Amino acid sequence: MKTISAHNLTGPSRKSQGTLRRILKNPTLLGGIIMLAILVLLAILIPVISPYDPSAQDLRAFLQPPSAEHWLGTDQLGRDLFTRLIYAARTDLTIMVLAEIIPFCTGVFLGMLAGYYGKWIDNIISLVTDTFVAFPFYLIVIIVAFASGAGQRGIFITFMLVGWIVFARVTRGVTVSLRQQEWVASAQTLGLSGIRIMFRHILPNVLPQAVVVLMTDMVGLLVAIVTLGYLGIGIAPPTPDWGTMISDGQSFITTAWWLSAMPGLAVVYTGIALSLVGDGLADLWRRR
Amino acid sequence: MSMNPILEVEALTLSSRANPKLVHNVSFSIGKGETLGLVGESGSGKSLTLRAILGLLPQGIEQTGGQIKSSVSSAMVFQDPRGSLDPLCPVVKQLAEVISYRQGLSRRASRQAALELLEVLGLPLSLRQKDRYPSQLSGGQCQRVVIALALACKPGILLCDEPTTALDVTVQEQIIETISALQQELGFAMVFVTHNLAVASAMCSRLCVMRQGQIVEQGDTLSLLQAPQDAYTQMLINSVLPVPVLEGGEQR
Repeated sequence: MKTISAHNLTGPSRKSQGTLRRILKNPTLLGGIIMLAILVLLAILIPVISPYDPSAQDLRAFLQPPSAEHWLGTDQLGRDLFTRLIYAARTDLTIMVLAEIIPFCTGVFLGMLAGYYGKWIDNIISLVTDTFVAFPFYLIVIIVAFASGAGQRGIFITFMLVGWIVFARVTRGVTVSLRQQEWVASAQTLGLSGIRIMFRHILPNVLPQAVVVLMTDMVGLLVAIVTLGYLGIGIAPPTPDWGTMISDGQSFITTAWWLSAMPGLAVVYTGIALSLVGDGLADLWRRR
Repeated sequence: MSMNPILEVEALTLSSRANPKLVHNVSFSIGKGETLGLVGESGSGKSLTLRAILGLLPQGIEQTGGQIKSSVSSAMVFQDPRGSLDPLCPVVKQLAEVISYRQGLSRRASRQAALELLEVLGLPLSLRQKDRYPSQLSGGQCQRVVIALALACKPGILLCDEPTTALDVTVQEQIIETISALQQELGFAMVFVTHNLAVASAMCSRLCVMRQGQIVEQGDTLSLLQAPQDAYTQMLINSVLPVPVLEGGEQR
């Protein structure tokens, strides 16, 4: 009891409690961060960890089962599966992050614009987002990927075009509800410009929601990258990628199931990690 | 009516699609340093009138008649103090931002000015030293910050939209004293919206009684309270006055 009253006397200070401590108290977020950290560390350190080259073929040692020498065995061309798996993580995670940055920024900006100014700006932006939402996501992705040519460029162009939609929709919704709060009106009467209110005051209030959506959206994007790779219109071989690895291993599914299963599990692992981070962040910000 | 009005509202009419007479034919004027009270029940159009003066009508409501003439700038103190502050921005920072924006001061100078202004408004030192968020302040403290924000604009007219309704009775009194003291010091005029006749009579030299979007009676505070002409004003007074009598009205 004494400690409680002493704490009350000093007053609740959000800063002094420490962001780190609040993260440590949040097992969901902590778990997600640890899972992601392991993956990222592996991806960074893989040239040190593994003696193998991801694209060096060794036809004397093809389709080997997991062993001490090859932790996850080898594929049909004798390449070390574990090494390729982690190099593929490099490729896929880099593309995932890079392809998400610009859509995130434009989406949040357009959403704030639509939500804050309303009227014709909102009408135009909402019209575009609603139209895109009416189409099945993968239909658009495959069409644009085909039209812009396979490979990384296609993926970037595709997500430049459709990736911002989800952020614009979420941000618009939050902004509209913030717009009705008195402090926004108050800031206007105090003479602050619309742009200033948007970036200095609305943005910090919108960002938590947008970042949570970003985490879930990244999972979707990763699955899309892998799917395109699997369909052969994504990242082109010999660059290692989980999608092409799954499709390559398909022919040997009865004899060497790990060839397809391991890249699949890697996708699931990353998806779980990102979802945990998203859930954890949502939880962290909701309690604030 | 004052000799040189700094704010004149003439035959103001505000309409929405559903109700063309949200505020109908409202006229009043204020001179320098004067305080006008707008009293009346909820939904009588008091707050809308204030927002029209600020040019901040909610979506879907338009001014369809009359005009508002003002020779000075105005700033507003809102009803809900906590809701009038950005929840994710430290209060000192919010105040400094407005000061730097309105008065063109540098970052450091505006922060200094913000701290001084908060001191004038009687906020404890701890709030000024540390970066405190609105959620860490009491309602009364938040309202002081909101008043500081309004004063940072150096307004000729301070528009108060029920500034004490969301506060405790004791805090209400402190806030009203603070506002009165500041008014004497800085000399701004005030339009004070309230449904609390006791507060209105303490603050205002003149009162406008509003009902269903119209001013039913307007006049000097004392004469209006002592000899109300309109039936609605009488009802309003009768519904309020018993409380002070029970609590020792003899001494008044």
